[in-house]
Order: sequence, then structure tokens, then C-alpha cells
Amino acid sequence: MITNSRLSKIIPQTVLALLTLACLLPLLLLTMASFTDEQTLIQNGYSFLPQKFSLASYEYIFKASEAIFRAYGITFFITIVGTFLNIVMTIFLAYPLSRPEVKGRNVVAFIVFFTMLFSGGLVPTYIMYSQIFQIRDTIFALLVPSFLMSPFNVILMRNYFKTNIPEEIVEAAKLDGASELKTLLRVVLPMSSPIIGTVGLMSGLAYWNDWTNGLYYLVKRTDLYSIQNVLTNMLNNAQFLKTATQMQGVNIELGTIPSVGIRMAIAVVALVPVMIVYPFIQKSFVKGIVIGGVKG
Amino acid sequence: MKMATPTSSKTKHRKGPKNIALYLLMIPGLLYLLINNYLPMFGLSFAFKKINYTVGVFESPWVGIDNFRYLFKTSDAYIVFRNTILYNLVFIVLGTVLAITVAILLGQIKKRMLRVYQTSILIPYLLSTAVISYLAFAFLSMDNGFINNSILEPLGMDAVGWYSAPGYWPVILTIIYLWKSFGYSSILYYATLIGIDDSYYEAAVIDGASTWQQIKFITLPCLKSTIITLVVIHLGRMFYSDFGLFYQVPMNNGMLYSTTNTIDTYVYRSLLQLNDVGRSSAAGFLQSILGFVLVLGANTLTRKVDKENALF
Repeated sequence: MITNSRLSKIIPQTVLALLTLACLLPLLLLTMASFTDEQTLIQNGYSFLPQKFSLASYEYIFKASEAIFRAYGITFFITIVGTFLNIVMTIFLAYPLSRPEVKGRNVVAFIVFFTMLFSGGLVPTYIMYSQIFQIRDTIFALLVPSFLMSPFNVILMRNYFKTNIPEEIVEAAKLDGASELKTLLRVVLPMSSPIIGTVGLMSGLAYWNDWTNGLYYLVKRTDLYSIQNVLTNMLNNAQFLKTATQMQGVNIELGTIPSVGIRMAIAVVALVPVMIVYPFIQKSFVKGIVIGGVKG
Repeated sequence: MKMATPTSSKTKHRKGPKNIALYLLMIPGLLYLLINNYLPMFGLSFAFKKINYTVGVFESPWVGIDNFRYLFKTSDAYIVFRNTILYNLVFIVLGTVLAITVAILLGQIKKRMLRVYQTSILIPYLLSTAVISYLAFAFLSMDNGFINNSILEPLGMDAVGWYSAPGYWPVILTIIYLWKSFGYSSILYYATLIGIDDSYYEAAVIDGASTWQQIKFITLPCLKSTIITLVVIHLGRMFYSDFGLFYQVPMNNGMLYSTTNTIDTYVYRSLLQLNDVGRSSAAGFLQSILGFVLVLGANTLTRKVDKENALF
């Protein structure tokens, strides 16, 4: 710690308090906007202390919008299933790469590592998935591309196994007659909760927040939209929809009405699960950043 | 010893099938890498084809470098490469300075408040691009935005149409990038910083070192290898940009393209909105190849300067 009475007290506290506010205030503005009466919103714009509160936006979401619930359900589904598959595949690839008796493990590790240096990019990826694997407009579109396994996490986990699982313990389990799979499940994994937690967190966050797969691969099946896709779509189409609804008259269906307040309320709803989980995982999240941080 | 012989022969006998299990475990992961990562690498050759979906990707004719000629016919290619590189340079410099500053400040904080600060500065990092674009909209919207309604209007200034004025966007996007990412990188630097032995600082103070001197001669040299590694990683990604930041936050607004269009948004728009596979695949090809060359270059350079910090 740098020693200086002035620096060590006032300046860091003040600057960090200001930065903390800068991080939190935008979220407060969003939340306030979602609780603001529509008329007040139109007259005064978004503000931290709206003149008139209203729960109308949330009432709308709960009553009228089945589509939002479905999108929510899909987001939960892909996050849970995707994260589970991600963890399993990462472990299954990382564990053999950490075992000295596996021949060719360095070659395989290089095959994994190389994908971090060089990539085909969007065009070939899109053409492969849409033309050859035909995943457009299926639930696989949200699950498979990009997020099913991260090569970085594989390397990270292999390094963890290498440095944190004593060779003697694995050997002992095998001498007792445990199969490879049993050794992995009963001996190695119980000792690896920090790294599994880190990989799970990163993967879960990536799935929950992703909107690009839906943007690329969901063309007609907008009923498969995740909550993030619903959000981005609404914002981009807002102006277009405003005029469209005026011409068609009132029509309560997702993608036609959402007023400014309702849109902000949906954003809050998309944010809430992350904000609820975050305080509980905060510590391991920070640890995860540090483990994964600089070098794999 | 008596027991050793049968056991070892037993394991020897089992070794074959047991090992096979280990190899089998790797199959799903490797298969995924093949599909998700390696097939697209070979697909880079599409940049030299005139892709026609009706005859099929593989049957489409080869056209040499036509797609690249076509790409450089307009000024778009120049603009997107320029934007991508300039944004990255600004992000690297400001991002590093901000992250180190915050890390040093965090280093001065005692336990209880430390947790509060760490928790809150990481929150922006957790948000999806969709939510961030809503936050930006709440501030910048012409009719309802906080800046126009609650800051500019009370000051007697005219409302600004942020979403139709490209000139503001380099600043807006830089602020949003820093806002989202500084917590994460600060924590990384902080993790190195708390490892610095307190006795260095104590000795420096006895010698009469000022705060700035302590930072300059102790903190920064100790952070050197973390700084090099993180900057090199970012340098290697100079031709890449956060698609969401440049596409969704400006709401894919055509009026803002001159300052918000990057290689990633250009490739996406050409491919899926303009159905211009040729230009898109040519730009993507350049991005992949140049990106790869840059990673190798950055790594070789680090190896020469400071072998320990090379990534591979």
C-alpha cells in the first residue's frame, strides 16, 4: 500500500465513490423510468425522481404479454442447458489433456489453443451453420454457435487440473480399481469446484446476455427469441412500430405496442435475474476473473 | 511387495481400455471445435468465390480476387478499417490508464469498503449489450432522454439529436466502452498490485519518496508484466471490435455509420442485410488474416523485448 496520509484517505474514497455512482446511476435511471407514469415520461423525459409513479408498465407485462414470458422461458432454458453442456464438454476435453498418460495431448492442446489465435470469422461460420447444418430457426441456433465450449476455458481448466490435482491421488484411485470416469467424477471433480464455478459463471453469463445468435440465425421464428432479442428488436423497431400501430389502431401483441415505459420495464425484467444472483456469486466471480485473467 | 506384482499386472492389463476412455472423453469437445472453429477457417476460401446459395456454396464458381476489387471500389472499406483501428488504439490507451488508476486507488482501501467498490464497478461488465443500449437510450433519446430533458433544457440549451449526429459518437462509444470494461481490467491489475511487498513502500517513505514517486518507481514497475500481457492481447485484436457496442448501441442507425461502422458491423450488414456476400467475405478474410498476423507479430515482439511475457 502506497504510504501517504492524504492519498490513503480522502482521494481514493472520493474517486471510487464517484465511480461507483457512475456505475449504478444509469441502472437507477432505467429502473425509475420503468416505474414512471407514461404521461410524465412523455412530458419530462426520463428522470431519477419522476413526478408521478406508475406500475402500469409491469401490469402490462404480466397481463398482456405472453410473448415476453416465452422469451424469458427460452432465455432460462438456453442458459441452463447451454451452461450444463458447456461445463461437461470443457471438463471432458480438459481432463485428458492434463493426464500424462494420454499420448498426443500436447498436439491436441495446440489444436485447442490455435482456435484462439486464428478464426474464420462471421461469414464462413454463418454459411456453415445456415447452409450445411441448417440450424436457422431452430433452438440449436441459440445453443450451439460460439458458446457451447470456450477453448480458453479448456486451457484454463487443464492448467487447473495440472497444478491442483496431485498425481498421487489420481494414481491411488486407479490402484483401487476405479475406472477413468469414476476417478474423474469421484476424485478429481470434487476438488475442482473453483474452476468449475468460474467456467459455469462465464458460460451462464454469456448465454443469458447473448443476442447475436438470435440476430444471425432466427429469421422467421421470432417465437424463439430470447429476452435479449426481444429487447434489441424493440429498440431498433420502435420508430417503425410507432407509426405502424398508429395506422393499424391498438393491437396488444409483442412488437407492436411497447411504450417507452414498457420497454424500460422489459429491460429491467431481463436484468433482474443477473442482479439477484450476482451478490451471491460476487466473490467467486472476482476470483474467476483473476484466475482466468492474464494468461490461461 | 508380495501384493505389488498382481496389482501392477492387473493395472497393466487394464491400461488399454482405461486409456481409451480418456481419449473418448475428448471427442465431443474436439468435434465441436471442428464444427465451430476449424470448418469456418477453411470457409475463408469463400472469399475467392462468387457465392450463390441456389447452386450451393461448394458449387459456386471461383472468381479470384474479384471480391476484393469490389470491396475497395467504395470508400467504405477504408472507413471501417480506419474506425476499427482508431477505436482500438483509444480503447487500449484510455482503458489501460483508467484501469491502473482505479487499481491503485483500490489498493488504498480497507476491507469493508473494498468489497462495496469491487462489487459495484463490476456491475456494468455483467450487463448485456441489449440492456446497455437501453441505458444509452435513456440518456440520449431526443424526446425523452435524460441529457436533453434534465441537463440541457434547464441550462437553456437546445436539445441535441444524438442519434443523428455522428460527430459525438466517438466520444459516446469510448465512454460506454470504458464504463463497461474498466471494472474488469481494474480487478486484474489490482490482483497483481496487492502482491507487491509492503516493505518496498515503507523503505521508499523512509527515503522521503512522494506519492507519485512511489507509484512511478514501485507500483508501475511491479505491474509491468501484467500491463504488457494485457496490452499485447488487445493489440492482437486490433482488427476486431465489440459488435454489440458498434451495432446495437447506436441502434444500427444509418446516419451514424461514418463514425460507428467497424469491420464487424460492416461484415454483418453486408452479409445479412444487404445480401452482399462477396464484399462481406472479402472484408472478413482480411480481418482474419491480418488479425492472425498481428497476434503472431505482437507475440514475437514481446518475445524479443521480454521473453517471460510472451503469450506462447
